[in-house]
Amino acid sequence: MAEGHAITHEGAGAQREHHAHAALAHHFDNLEQQREAGTIGMWVFLVQEIMFFGGLFLAYTVYRWQFPAAFVAASNHLNVRLGATNTIVLIVSSLTMALAVYYAQTGSRRNQLIFLLVTMALGTTFLVIKGIEYYDKYRDHLIPGSLIPGRPFHWDTVQHPLPIGVSEHNLEMFFWIYFAMTGLHALHMIIGLGILAYLVYYAYKGRFTPEYHAPVEISGLYWHFVDIVWIFLFPLLYLLGRHLEH
Amino acid sequence: MSEHIVSKKVYFVIFGALIAGTLLTYVAALQDLDFIFHGANTVVALTIAVTKATLVVLYFMHVRYSTRLTWVIVAAGLFWLMIMFALTFSDYFSRGWLSYPR
Repeated sequence: MAEGHAITHEGAGAQREHHAHAALAHHFDNLEQQREAGTIGMWVFLVQEIMFFGGLFLAYTVYRWQFPAAFVAASNHLNVRLGATNTIVLIVSSLTMALAVYYAQTGSRRNQLIFLLVTMALGTTFLVIKGIEYYDKYRDHLIPGSLIPGRPFHWDTVQHPLPIGVSEHNLEMFFWIYFAMTGLHALHMIIGLGILAYLVYYAYKGRFTPEYHAPVEISGLYWHFVDIVWIFLFPLLYLLGRHLEH
Repeated sequence: MSEHIVSKKVYFVIFGALIAGTLLTYVAALQDLDFIFHGANTVVALTIAVTKATLVVLYFMHVRYSTRLTWVIVAAGLFWLMIMFALTFSDYFSRGWLSYPR
């Protein structure tokens, strides 16, 4: 890349001959290289996230394999309508995020702001619905262990008799995994909303242009990744035993 | 700029496929597919989920239009995930194979 760049060393700093974009960091040759480095950096982070969530998916698989009947019974206790609604909400939010990136690339500040805000609204909707689900689990004494002091996990065996060979602890294990996975996912959503708020602020200031919009692009990668995690969580947590329900 | 801008039309087509996949997952989960083989419901659900995730990665996340280095990083992530699952389950599945005095 060095050829064609006449670099003059003057005192402590080296100055580039070309008129550099204000957003170009000094250690990159040009915005294209900077954007590419940012994309790869975000992907390396997402690979780490794959391993992070992967450990939880592994725990889910191990325990579902050990306690199949308990996982079916516990899963059928989840609210599949709310889970499905949230799946749709997240997919729509992925579309609006993709469109926000599109309008950043094509230089429409107004549309970019609209779609960033719609994405934030959808992300918030997801968290509200998740909160309603969590409250239902609290009401039904299904928060595992003693996470809520004075309200330990308790399975209502009168309304939902235990399947043969299933103990309350096996059912509790499903809810440990349910709360660990959806909780970590929800935390990612909250962080995503913070990132979107940052993007809205700078989009409003007109910082992103067709030449420079890497922050919107790589934040989009993060948002879509969180959507992908949910694409797996929904069938694995909510739907695994629906065909056995009578 | 060598950046590839994905058209709005592509985004809407992928979005339609993702919504269709979600509905299909839901409908398939209500049918008892165990008559095909035990656990067929899970296989169907995961196949749809993997397809949806692939569409998101390729189009929403632009990997289809990205450099080969990006491809290598994505593939490495999936490869290591497979190693984690394969090695763990080679242990769990084989635990009952040998009987030995306790």
